[in-house]
Amino acid sequence: MSATTLAGRYLYYPGCSLKGTGRAYETSLLAVFRALGVELLELDDWNCCGATAYMSVDEVKAFALSGRNLALAERQGLPDEARGEQVDLIAPCSACYLVLNKTQAYMRYYPQIGQRVSQALQTAGLRYKGSVRIRHPLDVLVNDVGLDEIALKVKTPLKGLKVAPYYGCQIVRPFATFDDRHNPVTMDRLLGAVGAEVVDYPLKTSCCGGSLTGNLPKVGVTLVHALLDEARKRGADVIATVCPLCQFNLDAFQERAGGRRTNDHHAPTASQQLPVVYFTQLLGLALGIPARELGLQANIVPAEPALAKRGVL
Amino acid sequence: MRDEGRSTADDGTTSHLHSVRIGVYVCHCGTNIAGKVNVRAVAEYAGSLPGVVVSRDYKYMCADPGQELIKKDIRELGLNRVVVASCSPHLHEETFRRAVAEAGVNPYLVQMVSIREQVSWVTVDPDVATAKAMDLVRAGIKRVTLHEELEPVRYPVKPGVLVVGGGIAGIYAALTLANGGDHVYLVEREPSIGGHMAMFDKTFPTLDCSACILTPKMTAVKGEPNITLLTYSEVVEVGGYIGNFKVKVRRKPRYIIEDKCVGCYECIEACVYKEAKVSNEFDLGLGKRKPIYVPFPQAIPAVPVIDDETCIWFKSGKCPRGCIKACGDRDAIDLDQKAEILELEVGAIILATGFQTFDPRRLPLYGYGSYPNVYTALEVERLVNASGPTNGEIVMRDGARPKSVGIIHCIGSRDEKTNRWCSRVCCMYSLKLAHLVKERTQAEVFNFYIDMRTPGKGFEEFYDKLLEEGVHLIRGKVGEVTDVARIPEEEGKLVLTVEDTLLGMVRRIPVDMVILAVGLEPRHDAHAVSQLFNIGCSNAGWFTERHPKLAPVSTMSGGIFLAGACQGPKDIPDTVAQAGAAAAEALTFLSHPYIDAEPNTAYIDPALCSGCHICPGLCPYSAIHVDEQEKVAVLSGALCQGCGVCVAACPSGAAQQYLFRDEQLYAEIEGVLA
Repeated sequence: MSATTLAGRYLYYPGCSLKGTGRAYETSLLAVFRALGVELLELDDWNCCGATAYMSVDEVKAFALSGRNLALAERQGLPDEARGEQVDLIAPCSACYLVLNKTQAYMRYYPQIGQRVSQALQTAGLRYKGSVRIRHPLDVLVNDVGLDEIALKVKTPLKGLKVAPYYGCQIVRPFATFDDRHNPVTMDRLLGAVGAEVVDYPLKTSCCGGSLTGNLPKVGVTLVHALLDEARKRGADVIATVCPLCQFNLDAFQERAGGRRTNDHHAPTASQQLPVVYFTQLLGLALGIPARELGLQANIVPAEPALAKRGVL
Repeated sequence: MRDEGRSTADDGTTSHLHSVRIGVYVCHCGTNIAGKVNVRAVAEYAGSLPGVVVSRDYKYMCADPGQELIKKDIRELGLNRVVVASCSPHLHEETFRRAVAEAGVNPYLVQMVSIREQVSWVTVDPDVATAKAMDLVRAGIKRVTLHEELEPVRYPVKPGVLVVGGGIAGIYAALTLANGGDHVYLVEREPSIGGHMAMFDKTFPTLDCSACILTPKMTAVKGEPNITLLTYSEVVEVGGYIGNFKVKVRRKPRYIIEDKCVGCYECIEACVYKEAKVSNEFDLGLGKRKPIYVPFPQAIPAVPVIDDETCIWFKSGKCPRGCIKACGDRDAIDLDQKAEILELEVGAIILATGFQTFDPRRLPLYGYGSYPNVYTALEVERLVNASGPTNGEIVMRDGARPKSVGIIHCIGSRDEKTNRWCSRVCCMYSLKLAHLVKERTQAEVFNFYIDMRTPGKGFEEFYDKLLEEGVHLIRGKVGEVTDVARIPEEEGKLVLTVEDTLLGMVRRIPVDMVILAVGLEPRHDAHAVSQLFNIGCSNAGWFTERHPKLAPVSTMSGGIFLAGACQGPKDIPDTVAQAGAAAAEALTFLSHPYIDAEPNTAYIDPALCSGCHICPGLCPYSAIHVDEQEKVAVLSGALCQGCGVCVAACPSGAAQQYLFRDEQLYAEIEGVLA
């Protein structure tokens, strides 16, 4: 753990999703870190990361928004301006993770953008020196906490549970900071370490449809369908995700995905529905945290039957 | 030993300054310099500086009339120093030294000022360029004022050449040298010579059998009395200097005495392993071998090798040792053999250490290592080869023949994420493999290329032939190899997603087998090897030639030459041509009884030396010792190589170096800054 001034604690940037549609992600994430004895400190006064609309309309405005978050993190994490130190900021939502990383990179490599963002920050009395490391919870769990440490704390191994590990597109592309951009394996290793059977899932970084499920449903839902179909074909009991939007798309459009299949032989029945859960929910179950405290009840496609079938619930 | 024939009568002190008569010559180099620098103004400015008797500008100083200009001024104006402001000294320092020598002035009283490479080619603004040229010329004038007369250092040249690497480059260079009458030590790391070429089945574009053209050369090496073949050996130390290299070679224990072995291979038959169980490196793991083996049937030397990591005798000491019994009276097996160090003395060295192919695991999107039916092109070369693991049958790992094959070009080439260069051979070998696969399996073959590069003799014609054979050539870079099927036709296949840039659409093409045309890259230890031999090396690891056009097989280290792909990707014809050139250069080099080198050796002023003992330990050539009686360091000019380490380390300024004396350098710096 590099942020010595935080004495082994991590700053935590939830972003809007983890307080809204992705509440189950936050609930389970906080429960898991608590169970592992790692303290997360929520960033004071955080704001929107600048993803989606902002980024496509005006990049610099988006960078300014994330720049503020980074500046706040630096101030909160390094109160006495410790030299050469770094602050670790955990960003669980893939969109936040990407935008924060992009802001960091653009401020560093494009001086003109860096200057404009700095000017914007200055008007709010802020300044960003570049000492924040944006971390994904997968990265922290596997590379800081460690698989051995986590395995020691497992109470209910996820034995026999077949999981399709789904990373989505954003956490390894284009900033492959902790894993390979084409074939990431961090979640595979993590879930394997707590006893799950990780199925080979070649679509692990393919697109979930993003916001296309809303504004261009024909395309978005086709992408959702391809992901679900392949996971089913590979024998997965559940899909594990790291992203609120991926979780929502895969969970909410299952019926339509089935219904819209062009080579439709049969509409999906309840038994063919595939629960889509956060990796933190599975990890929580393995650590013996009750399902209610992991937000499992919030799924549209209920996960409980599949989990119960394998005896992990 | 070096001769110490050097005069230092002119010691460079200021007392003789009145006698200094400098001529300054500013070259236009056509428009190379004059297009940016106001050469007339530079010459006029130089003429105003102390000591300068004459200054001129001229269109081509290196041309005969240019040189004549200098000689004439020396004769008529009594010049005793010359500054030439032109190109880098790498190019024409020799020319102008010779010219002044011909006019009777010591050649070391010339100073070159580079106003082309360091000024006109790299400066945008003409005024800035002119001012900078003036600064540098002023520095040259100040420096040359303090130059002294020197004599070149003369080294005798030892006979014999070390050739490192026994691929086709090393083989060809060694045979050429041996034919020319020189003795060659050919050192190869693997148990047999042959290199990559021995792994191929056919060669492009002629489709002649690789072994058929290579093995006569390999056999010739074995039969050539002028070649000492050292396989299973590596160079571990290189000492000495130009024309006088001292090299240490480590011979790994083969456990079989080469002189006694008759190559009957009965020991291999008799091995306690009845079946070959160890992965054969030569077949890239596709085939198996025993712990006692020859890597391939035509191996040279035709002597087996025992791999002590898998041999039961070495692992447990419990083995009936059938090999020894089978060898019988021939008594060629020695299980107690140890590695030995061989010391060689040679005059020249040729490096022919070759390349390695790109490891496609670095690009997981192509599925190598996760899908069993994704192969590298080199693996397929072994499959196609009659002596390979499938006896030349193109079958996949499950034994089935592919009905459709996709060959992806540029894997690890022309790619900013891996290697940026074009590997030069992949388009052609991919076409060759397409032809062979189609001929032997009747499979549907798809080649996916970015650009088709066929710039060799008979190459484009070969490409035309392939088009007629009905190979599908798709212009586009494959984005993914996956086993995720979208339609029933894709089930059980590997699907290649590609943007067909001629069609302007994204296509999904299902195939049974994928071949990755992996690029060529420097060997993993190329940087270490370049340091061992003290030669230049690009960041990527390709060895650097002395000049890309006009000294393509020489290195910046005299007496060391390059051949083959260690210098950059190249095909067999180019490799052989370069190997011949390297051998010719080495023969020329060795044909002189001695060479004249720069008299840039160090010397120690005993009056200033405090005997601190710092320099003797630093000298890489053991040229310095401390006279304990006088308490001063003593330097042997015969051993000094002019590296300058002692000069830099000396705390009292006692160690100095000819052509780089402190006052000469300070004068130059003062000149730049004045």
